[in-house]
Amino acid sequence: MPSGYPALLVALVAVPLAAGALLALAGRRADRLAAPVSVVLAAVVLALAGAAAVLRPALDAPLMAGIRAGLAVDGLSATLVLTVGGVLLAVLLVAAGEPGLRTGRFAGLMLLFAGAMLVTVTATTLAVLLMAWEVMGATSWALIAYYRRDAAAVRAAHTAFLTTRTADLGLYLAAGAAVAGGIGSLGLAELPGAQGAWLHVVTVGVVVAALGKSAQLPFSFWLSGAMRGPSPVSALLHSATMVAAGAYLLLRVAPLLDAAGWAASAVAWVGAATALLLGLVAVAQTDLKQLLAASTCAQIGYMVLAAGAGGTAAGTVQLVAHAATKSLLFLAAGAWLVGLGTRQLDGLRGAARRFPLVGVTFSVGALSLAGIAPLSLWVTKDAVLAAALDRSPALYGVGIAAAAVAAVYSAKALWFVWQPAAPHAVRPEQEPSGWVAAVARPPLAVLALLAAGLGLLPLLGTGVLAPAPAPAAWELALSAVLALAAAVLTWRLADRLPAPAVLSGWLGIERAAHALVVRPTLALASALARFDDQVLDRAVDGAARTTVRAARALDRRGEHPLDAGVGGIAAGARALGRWARRPQTGQLHQYYAQASVGFAVLAALAVVMIAVR
Amino acid sequence: MSVVLSLIVFLPAVVAAALLCVPSRVPGRVFVGTWIATGLADLGLIVAVWTGLPASGGFSFEERLPWIPSAGISYHVGVDGLSLPLLALTAVLFTACAVFALRETRRVKAYVVLFLGLQTVCLGVFVALDLILFFLFFDLSIVAMYFLIAGWGHGERGRAAALKFFLYTFLGSLALLLGFIVVFLAADPHTFDIPTLVTANPLAGGGAAAGLALLAIGIGLAVKTPTVPFHTWLPPAHTEAPATGSAILAGVLLKMGTYGFVRIAMPILPATWRDYALVVVVVGVVSVVYGALVALAQTDVKRMIAYTSINHMGYVLLGVGAAGLAPGTDEQARQLATTGAVTQMVSHGLITGALFLLTGVLHDRGHTYDMGAYSGLSARTPRFAGLFAVAAFASLGLPGFSGFIAEFQILTGALAPAPIPTAVAVTGIVLTAALFLVALQRLFLGPLRIPDAPGAPRPFADLHAGEALAIVPLLVLATVIGLAPRFLLDVIEPAARTLNQLVAR
Repeated sequence: MPSGYPALLVALVAVPLAAGALLALAGRRADRLAAPVSVVLAAVVLALAGAAAVLRPALDAPLMAGIRAGLAVDGLSATLVLTVGGVLLAVLLVAAGEPGLRTGRFAGLMLLFAGAMLVTVTATTLAVLLMAWEVMGATSWALIAYYRRDAAAVRAAHTAFLTTRTADLGLYLAAGAAVAGGIGSLGLAELPGAQGAWLHVVTVGVVVAALGKSAQLPFSFWLSGAMRGPSPVSALLHSATMVAAGAYLLLRVAPLLDAAGWAASAVAWVGAATALLLGLVAVAQTDLKQLLAASTCAQIGYMVLAAGAGGTAAGTVQLVAHAATKSLLFLAAGAWLVGLGTRQLDGLRGAARRFPLVGVTFSVGALSLAGIAPLSLWVTKDAVLAAALDRSPALYGVGIAAAAVAAVYSAKALWFVWQPAAPHAVRPEQEPSGWVAAVARPPLAVLALLAAGLGLLPLLGTGVLAPAPAPAAWELALSAVLALAAAVLTWRLADRLPAPAVLSGWLGIERAAHALVVRPTLALASALARFDDQVLDRAVDGAARTTVRAARALDRRGEHPLDAGVGGIAAGARALGRWARRPQTGQLHQYYAQASVGFAVLAALAVVMIAVR
Repeated sequence: MSVVLSLIVFLPAVVAAALLCVPSRVPGRVFVGTWIATGLADLGLIVAVWTGLPASGGFSFEERLPWIPSAGISYHVGVDGLSLPLLALTAVLFTACAVFALRETRRVKAYVVLFLGLQTVCLGVFVALDLILFFLFFDLSIVAMYFLIAGWGHGERGRAAALKFFLYTFLGSLALLLGFIVVFLAADPHTFDIPTLVTANPLAGGGAAAGLALLAIGIGLAVKTPTVPFHTWLPPAHTEAPATGSAILAGVLLKMGTYGFVRIAMPILPATWRDYALVVVVVGVVSVVYGALVALAQTDVKRMIAYTSINHMGYVLLGVGAAGLAPGTDEQARQLATTGAVTQMVSHGLITGALFLLTGVLHDRGHTYDMGAYSGLSARTPRFAGLFAVAAFASLGLPGFSGFIAEFQILTGALAPAPIPTAVAVTGIVLTAALFLVALQRLFLGPLRIPDAPGAPRPFADLHAGEALAIVPLLVLATVIGLAPRFLLDVIEPAARTLNQLVAR
């Protein structure tokens, strides 16, 4: 394993992790400085990420018996560390404009999260990846539950952490299976060499964990609740980083998917299905953040599809373009939530007119999300679809249908925010501030530029950023025309789109998970607790009580008769003694009389004995 | 012959004897201060032993004196990579408890003397290399803990729980003694010396005597560990014990059970261990899942943590059981499993010790362990909430803390020898996450609610400096092990390798 510039790598991950932990634990003392310090640190992280992308550092050390700990920046990781660093800086800048988020706890947790994400995308072994992967989950819990008095947010945080952790069990099993299959170092690059059936266990574990983290089917529901958290959290975690980590992992282990045979096409189909179904879920939403969340699942579906279809580069450019686009959209939604106090589409009528800069940047993002030419996601999605077509026309068909759906939900959101302001305004969910912070404007503008222009990446990029096969001209034209047509049609029907309950309720998977997993587990837990108290513990107490009772019974039935027997012997002896005392009168004549009787008896005895002989 | 181990073990007892001569009207801080100094001195000596431990494995710093030669009993002590981490853990936890005890006001002299005596006994268990010496320390720990729970626990129920604890675990140690005697009789010449017995492997031929010995020793250790179904003494003992008593009970006394498996049951009865390893694995997995599920249903925070101890000790059994399955096949897997089991003992001591001290803080302020009586505490007591959250996440096995290093090794190592049980045990990870999240939510999130005294609302102070000074080092150590475990694993791994070779004989 080549090792160079290890200090750079250590700095890249240690700066956000250490500073984040310190800020998060410093308490209220750190609140005053938290926002500026976090922005400076994010800039440092971005600079370190840039240096790492150029210098390609690597390090490797022993972790546990035979298991290695390694970090390295290759082409894929370089893209990811730059994406994470860039989005982190943009998001922290915008968050600095929200008074409720200017705390040490918020800044610390965001940095801690970013550090964990940086470790995840640079890890070269499963052990390190799993460590960072789980820390991401835990910090996301704390960030979604940032508003601690909001019971619904706390519940949503539980759902998010427990769902992703359940999927993470796959990584624990994959690690064990890798050791069993002879890959003692747990190196990600070596996993395809696992022997025998263990190869399939490793693959299943990795795939399940990745699908859970990326909110792909059937795990998508946790992302819906996660929208209760602050909008900048969604802009970082639920667009560019955490949910993207699953897709990243699948892109990283693409050789493993191929080695296992079945896994590549299974993953591709899950991605395609998520892109289509969650796209439809997005269409049915009436809450802007919910719409964006469902569209995140759908767009990450393309990356997962790419991983399964062997289009690693296509998936990577899709990831980068989507990160810029979606964090822009979440930040804009957050700006409106602060300024107008609502995220209901009905309440956001006229939002784009009221805050034009936010409106224009949001529109650029939404048009890119819709796949309108020549914006970024139009190109990158077609790169993914080209890879899919290479594998199977059916996959391509589902993918292009999902592209049309993407145009529908994007156009729907755009239509609402560009409507004239509604006279009968919806009651806001929180107190509107009426303005957008100045500090939020530059990041929105930069992200809009990126969302528009990152489509150039596949044209200019090399290596991991140069998709092969490149989409054919007819594919690009077809998807552009389809997206435009779907968007135009939606513009006319925007407030009359059907919203069946199954789609607006995110396919009902959360309810099913509650009914099939959560409630039975809780029922089993309380049944076992009752068993513990009323059977096991009672049995022990009963054994003790039985011992005492047996002792008492022994005392009554055994000890008393025994004692009575001993007493009887004593009493008998005493009676005999009393009788024996009788002759002891102390009077001489009575002794003579006794002696003469005694002699007489002896004499008679002697006579009898002689006679008998 | 070095006497450093004897010095480490008996220093607290000597100090306790000296303190007995000090009149009890002397301020309590003098007694506690002496205790802290003793703990730090012990810790310093243990660090010296740690740095002097050869990397090759085997016992070091051995001392052996004849004690009852006619019965094959000697005063034999020594350390290796299995016992030294636990010795260090013991000293760390007692010192943390000493710092925490700065706020104790009830009969401080007797309290400190009792704790110092318990410290000697606990240190003794982990250095004993003679079965009878081990048994002596093992049993005395019960006696001292009984007086702690009965004397400084929560009133009448405390005495009942103490009695239950004493009788149940005492019964367990009688089973243990029976097993020791069977082993003694099987050895030729008869001896209680552990290294001699390990070399002799007296019951290699198997048969009823070997089965009986393992059954008796296994039950004796299972009661102490405790595993399902021998665990019911633990929740009441914890609920009624003072915070420091709970920390030592969970942090050190439970480890005597699991340590007994790696020090005695596995190396002395290797063939029988292999025969019954699957039973150990199953008992471990049942403890993991059952402990987590029952903990999930608790409303009393201390009972909940007590049940998570059963869950965590279940992982240890899974690890040591898996090491006995399919011996000689996958060396790395078994190495991971046994190393993970010993790491889990250290990790659980640190994390659960911190959690019990934190529940002591909660009880000190609110006078109840019922989670329903509290809500939204993070607004009133941010430091307490922050530390509790860190300890909870550490306990649920979050990477970055020692629990992950332990559980990851155990699960990774156990999957190859025991695939299905390990797959079942993995679910414990999600269950513990769920139960700690629910606990954090009940105590710290939502609107503020604290139990009121009749009349005026009770002041509910945040963590004091002394309390923080006792708890923070434990969590810092857990984090250091979680991030840079090599310093610990370098000590454990050679001993774990030796142990695996002994089991595979």
